[in-house]
Amino acid sequence: MSTTAVQEFRKSLSAADVESTVVTPDGVEDAMLAAIERPAVGAPLPFTDLSLSGLPITVDPSPSELRDAVTGVTGSRLGISSLGAVAVESRSGGDEFVSLYPERHVAVLREQDIEPDLSSAFDWLSAEFEVGRESLIFATGPSATGDMGALVQGVHGPETVHVVVVTDDE
Amino acid sequence: MSEPDRPKADRIRSLLDSEGDQIKKNTRLFNAERYDAVEAAGPEQYQAYRSRAREIKEDAIERLPTLIERTKRAVEDNGGTVYVADDAADARQYVATVAADLDAETVVKSKSMTTEEIDLNDRLEADGFQVWETDLGEFVIQVADETPSHIVGPSLHRSREEITELFETHFDPEESLDSAEKLTAFARSFLGERIDDADVGITGANFVLADSGSIALVTNEGNARKCASIPDTHVAVAGIEKIIPDIESLHPFAELISRAATGQAIPQYLSVLTPPVDTPTIDFDAPDVSGFGDSDAERDFHLVLLDNGRREMRDDEELRETLYCIRCGACANSCANFQSVGGHAFGGETYTGGIATGWEAGIEGLDVASEFNDLCTGCSRCVNACPVEIDIPWINTVVRDRINRGEDPGFEDVLVDGLLPDDEPRGTPLQKRFFGNFETLARLGSATAPVSNTVASVGPVRTLMESLLGVDARRDLPSFERTPLREWAASRDSGSNPDMGPKPNSDVARDSGPHSDIDRRVVVYPDVYTNYVQTGRGKATVRVLEALGCEVVVPAVGGSGRAPLSQGMIATARDRAENVSETLAPYLAEGYDVVVVEPSDIAMFQREYEKLLSPADYEQLSEGSFEVLEYVYGLLEHGAPVDVLCGGGSDTVAYHSHCQQRTLGLEEYTEAVLERAGYDVTTSDVECCGMAGSFGYKSDYYELSMDVGESLAEQFAGASTVVASGTSCMEQLDALLGPETRHPVELIDPVVSRRQ
Repeated sequence: MSTTAVQEFRKSLSAADVESTVVTPDGVEDAMLAAIERPAVGAPLPFTDLSLSGLPITVDPSPSELRDAVTGVTGSRLGISSLGAVAVESRSGGDEFVSLYPERHVAVLREQDIEPDLSSAFDWLSAEFEVGRESLIFATGPSATGDMGALVQGVHGPETVHVVVVTDDE
Repeated sequence: MSEPDRPKADRIRSLLDSEGDQIKKNTRLFNAERYDAVEAAGPEQYQAYRSRAREIKEDAIERLPTLIERTKRAVEDNGGTVYVADDAADARQYVATVAADLDAETVVKSKSMTTEEIDLNDRLEADGFQVWETDLGEFVIQVADETPSHIVGPSLHRSREEITELFETHFDPEESLDSAEKLTAFARSFLGERIDDADVGITGANFVLADSGSIALVTNEGNARKCASIPDTHVAVAGIEKIIPDIESLHPFAELISRAATGQAIPQYLSVLTPPVDTPTIDFDAPDVSGFGDSDAERDFHLVLLDNGRREMRDDEELRETLYCIRCGACANSCANFQSVGGHAFGGETYTGGIATGWEAGIEGLDVASEFNDLCTGCSRCVNACPVEIDIPWINTVVRDRINRGEDPGFEDVLVDGLLPDDEPRGTPLQKRFFGNFETLARLGSATAPVSNTVASVGPVRTLMESLLGVDARRDLPSFERTPLREWAASRDSGSNPDMGPKPNSDVARDSGPHSDIDRRVVVYPDVYTNYVQTGRGKATVRVLEALGCEVVVPAVGGSGRAPLSQGMIATARDRAENVSETLAPYLAEGYDVVVVEPSDIAMFQREYEKLLSPADYEQLSEGSFEVLEYVYGLLEHGAPVDVLCGGGSDTVAYHSHCQQRTLGLEEYTEAVLERAGYDVTTSDVECCGMAGSFGYKSDYYELSMDVGESLAEQFAGASTVVASGTSCMEQLDALLGPETRHPVELIDPVVSRRQ
């Protein structure tokens, strides 16, 4: 994935009202600290080389902690460049709740996991289905409604979304 | 004679007043955003997805019994339960039993038209469950106790101010809810608590994947995500037609559904869930226990697949297509009538917009469909809007035909049978037979003109027409010409009638210059309007084609069948189509091109004749026929000189294309030809003028027709030259702007050129 692809992804994120930062693996911790507003809850990241340990983010929260959290942090194994979408998988770590309840969702994504478009994302998804991972949400921007007479962001899901893109190792 | 009761007109008037503004604003926004989204996606790419989606649906409905079995097996292998419900009562009973077995108190729902269809909430509430709609649009109509006015935006008929009033009255909140933000925050908090407390979450399913037993949900608010994950028990209710084979086949629909619905490239949330999902269960009764309350509850999943008439629709050759519908609402948004009145007029028990006729006829029956079916004018603007290429106007026509046949014969049939040469059974409403047999009226009217025009326009006659036929007295009737186009053309060929205008200059034109290679023989089709009413545009057509080097004949051909078809008189329309095909076949075989002035008739040849003629006859005529300015454009492209035509000298022209012409993609030829002739063209972008053939003449719909037309009038306000391709568009524009509207071909008429 080239730098221009990351730029393309960020452009789409921005069009979807999603903030983003791009960091090297070394910079993840600082970027996360900057991106979250406390209190924060999180789901274990699905990466062997990245984790939330050491950060002020409560993993496996209680229902109260979930409800009171301002930020929810999840790791995403798929971004879609043309849309600015990220995957939220239905995992036992509770990614679904963590990305839904708090008013702010921070998704951590590796550069190598950015697919160019929905078509290639579906190829990726088909491969996932083959290995039995069959539940996820393509999330694009904050939750939104027009049902109350004007566009409002932040309905049953987050009002703001921030994506931290971690560049590949050199 | 007293004013006849017109409950339908009263109802429409009341909706135009109460909901019209809001419906217009929202549907037109969705519609405009759809056009933009298709453009941004690339029209060709978008079309490729439409074709693929169509194939998948055709195949899936064909193999439906197998796919139901596969779905059942997959869901059960995953640990869930599938229940195939024969009808609404069966489905309600199943869901109520699931809730009762859990001793449930609260049930939360995300938006599902299918649960609206089966009136699930009423049943669950009657059984003592607290039921909450969590989609904010559904929440609004739940509080207001209304039916959805739109498939996608169930409450889009309500303004923010009305919702504020509704919520403040109903909930009596401490602080005023006087903004969309405050209303949303209130609903989020109110519903959030109920979702957390809920024992059962009910969702619909936009798609069901047979191979994996998955469901796909398209949402923006996030409530479906919560309803499917917070309560331990998830019940998804979906029509059996929602099944597609597998995850690969979901892709084109994921590309299409939100673009078609709201113009979004993708929804905020596209959920693909294969229950039971790995998301842990959550226990809000253990608020301080980590691990989401450390619940040991198991997830439980029920998929209710609803038949409720769908298997019969599948066996019904004409209604089957309805099952391909993905409920995006594009047919409603692209419909001029819907944009004015919304789904509370243009809809049945549950479904709204053009496709609702198919759904309501299949699910509820013809009686429900008959209440709103006439609001489809067959303008065909939904045809290209539909992401699965459903011929929605045809479904409306078929259902209208069935309604006609199903009605009790009235006394007037005895009277009419002898007079009107249609193939319709007794029982077809008199008004429909009147408009459907316009050709006969036009022939008589022309033969007796100007007396017929005078008689038809006098007060008592109009009153009688209004009370007996529902022809609105506020409309000017078409004025018939004494000399039909065909007669003019024939007399002119023989040179025996010098009063009919200057002799054509075709010989001169043909011999004078670079276009001498234009050697086309052309049949100008004398459609009923051009032949008897708008003869001026017919004469202009003949002169223009001759000036461009064509040899022109105007043979005796009958009406295309458009008028009877629009009244749902399919047998009569088929008879007319066969006549036209038979008459024109020898010309086509000899290499003549057929040029058509009236756009609704070229649309018959190109679109509807596929349903009315044999494949070979259809192909011959559709390939050999052209809209007049499309044909002129072709001649100019092949070297015919534009300077023999009347030039515009940079005059500005306001041009309204015809709905059916635009669906065929033909309006751009008119623009191009007028521009080449030197006109500065502004084209309207409304979906339809509102007249739509006979629609605007009907007393029940006169006010709606004028309301639709207002938008066009606004766009053309102040224009000095107004042209329109269709007869009824001209009549509507004359009514709105004054009687100056002409057909575009009249602007390039070489005779006009010489006169100037």
